[in-house]
Amino acid sequence: MNEARKKRVALIALLLLGVGGATALALVGASQQINVFFSPSEIAMGKAQNVQRVRLGGLVKEGSLWRDPSTVAVRFKVTDRNRCVTVNFDKILPDLFREGDSVIASGLMQADGSLKADEVLAKHDENYMPPEVAETMAKAKALAAQAKRDHTQDCAP
Amino acid sequence: MMPELGQVCLLLALLLAGITAVVPMIGSYTENRRMMQVASFGTSGQFVFVAFAFVLLTYAFLMQDFSVLYVANHSNSELPVPYRFSAVWGAHEGSLLMWVFVQVIWALALSLFSASLPEKLRARVLSVMSIIAFGFLSFLIFSSNPFERMVPPSPDGNDLNPLLQDPGLIIHPPMLYMGYVGMSIPFAFAVAALLENRIDQSWVRYCRPWTNIAWAFLTIGIALGSWWAYYELGWGGWWFWDPVENASFMPWIVGAALIHSQAVTEKRGTFRGWTLLLSISVFSLSLLGTFLVRSGVITSVHAFASDPERGLFMLIFSGIVTGGALLLFALRGARVRVLSPAALMSRETLLLVNNILLISACALVLIGTLFPLIAEATNLGKYSVGAPWFGKMFALFTIPLLLLVPLGAFCKWNQDSLSRIMIQLLPAASVAVFAAGIAWLMARELPIKAVLGLLVAFWVMAGTFAFLWRRWKVTSAKRYTLEMLGMASAHLGLGLWLAGVVLVESLSVERDVRLTPGEQVEVGPYTVKMLSVEHKSGPNFEADYGRFQIYRGAELITELNPEKRAYRRGQVMTEADLRPHIFGDVYVALGEPLDSTGNAWGVRAYHKPFIRFIWLGAIFMAFGGVLAAAERRLRAPVSNTVKQPEPEPKPEVLSGKPALISANSAGNA
Repeated sequence: MNEARKKRVALIALLLLGVGGATALALVGASQQINVFFSPSEIAMGKAQNVQRVRLGGLVKEGSLWRDPSTVAVRFKVTDRNRCVTVNFDKILPDLFREGDSVIASGLMQADGSLKADEVLAKHDENYMPPEVAETMAKAKALAAQAKRDHTQDCAP
Repeated sequence: MMPELGQVCLLLALLLAGITAVVPMIGSYTENRRMMQVASFGTSGQFVFVAFAFVLLTYAFLMQDFSVLYVANHSNSELPVPYRFSAVWGAHEGSLLMWVFVQVIWALALSLFSASLPEKLRARVLSVMSIIAFGFLSFLIFSSNPFERMVPPSPDGNDLNPLLQDPGLIIHPPMLYMGYVGMSIPFAFAVAALLENRIDQSWVRYCRPWTNIAWAFLTIGIALGSWWAYYELGWGGWWFWDPVENASFMPWIVGAALIHSQAVTEKRGTFRGWTLLLSISVFSLSLLGTFLVRSGVITSVHAFASDPERGLFMLIFSGIVTGGALLLFALRGARVRVLSPAALMSRETLLLVNNILLISACALVLIGTLFPLIAEATNLGKYSVGAPWFGKMFALFTIPLLLLVPLGAFCKWNQDSLSRIMIQLLPAASVAVFAAGIAWLMARELPIKAVLGLLVAFWVMAGTFAFLWRRWKVTSAKRYTLEMLGMASAHLGLGLWLAGVVLVESLSVERDVRLTPGEQVEVGPYTVKMLSVEHKSGPNFEADYGRFQIYRGAELITELNPEKRAYRRGQVMTEADLRPHIFGDVYVALGEPLDSTGNAWGVRAYHKPFIRFIWLGAIFMAFGGVLAAAERRLRAPVSNTVKQPEPEPKPEVLSGKPALISANSAGNA
């Protein structure tokens, strides 16, 4: 190996080390920027306790939408027909947001168990339900059947 | 009758693609000229038949032939005429037909402009192009037939997704496909070179203009998509790190790496194995992108087909194409002899660093895009990776890359000294610091991160001007080659783009407010005043039609009319309205009515400073790609002195004449 090549190999090694190190650092820091998906039942079970950013999926509970009279802020409940979670959102809701339809809200869990969302997505067209929500609903159905046997209740309206 | 004719055309094209994939290839091994000449004939034939099929499908849309299932599903008797054209590629089947159409256009262009190519290489390249066309044609015919009949015919048709009923969407897909599919040309060249066992730089020279042009198309395609998302999705964002965007961005990044690596290989003879690998990777990423987008594994506007069979086909096809090429590379690429490397401080090294950083950036986007899929498949949980992560990580790799841009242009091939370059770049550095200082004084609210970002942007631009100025000063005849101007344009574009990104991200004002007629809201230097929301009927929709006055101080500038459309088929669309300006757009979109009287509306009022710079930058980059492709040197026929395949080119020959080659290079005083 001649001198120039040695230097070059050293440089490449250094670069790869730098790139690798940066990537590792970023992946460690990523936990704050990666959303983990939960259903309302899972949140009720306390599964989201150590998670910073939550992606919550389910249906908008009928009759739960409340609008602030002076701003665009809203509050609504997301349910999987077993449990539900209150969501606060202070931006404009997407076009296809409807009570009873599927929704995905991402944001930070608050101390009182509600979600402060910075993004709310509604389904894109009439027939489409996001796969995560479809699965959540199926799972929750089983949980709800069990809850009925145990005489535990959905959520207060 | 017409649709059946289209069907027959596609089958004939498939047959021709099969023939062209095999016969010239065999001819190239048996040295049979007539078999090799089949390539031209077969390529033109494929073009004719696919073009005819494309025209027939367009005709079916124009004439509203609702007996064709695809037309009935994605068109409507009320659909305005311009959108009947774009509806042709508005969903899976038609867009796949367009993919094939674009593929045969590129192949035809290649066969027309490759007279100077060695006969065998040409036969093999066209044969590889036909293999790809064959794969996509069979996909089209057997699983996604656009000419399938509907019995009984639909009276009225369904409708085109309203998101796609937009002028920007008429040209975004063709541009993007020209880029995606154009990347099959360096791929075909790389495979042909590997088959030829002639892994020198001659093929790279033919290939460079094609790569540059395909990359330019891809740039424009992505920029159009970003622009469309900005005004059509109604949130005023220009990039969301959505999997679909990432799918198009990855080939773009690696394409940029390939352009640089090809330049090194073509001029210096080094990086040969690397260039081969990149050529294969870019097209593989295009295929991966197509798979991600079309298979329905990710959900988005673009994910037309949630049919597992189609996804499987795409996956197998990408696997065969990519795997085959990589296998070939593993078998043959190892024979690439390493030439004596350049000094540590040389343009080669800088371009190597450029490539490593670009590939790392691409790897990162790939990880972020695939991680949620992999986590879900392996039961790790359901994740989604947010835009902030992508943004931060991407900056981590691109900022060092951008810092090196001016150095790369100034550094000489083979050997240079850092101090010499730094002295020459000192004026550029001073200008950049000065300009960033002024920007900070003008907008004191800029966070320190943004000022540093601007500093980098100014450094890239000032460095590029310094390069042009130096060439002007030290040379008298033939000051600039087109290649140099292309580089300068692309690098300027990079600087403009970065400046736009930094300013938009740090100075944007986004306000979601509740307004009733007569009320107003301030966004940046503008005041948005709501006059009313009225009713309006469109050809295939009913709309709430907003009237907003935009003031700057007391001066009325314009009236904006955002709409909230309800299409007859049930979809709701937000049509934002904006006043474009080079220094910043005012953007107004209607949210939703907030009370039962319909008086109060949720309104998005945004000020987006310098957002036009982002797309302006992209235009400069694409223009740079085209300029460099026009370089005359690349069109001169390669000397045919080396006719026989030469598995081991002699390193001495190449390393013996660096002085001659660097006479062409940039910083040479």
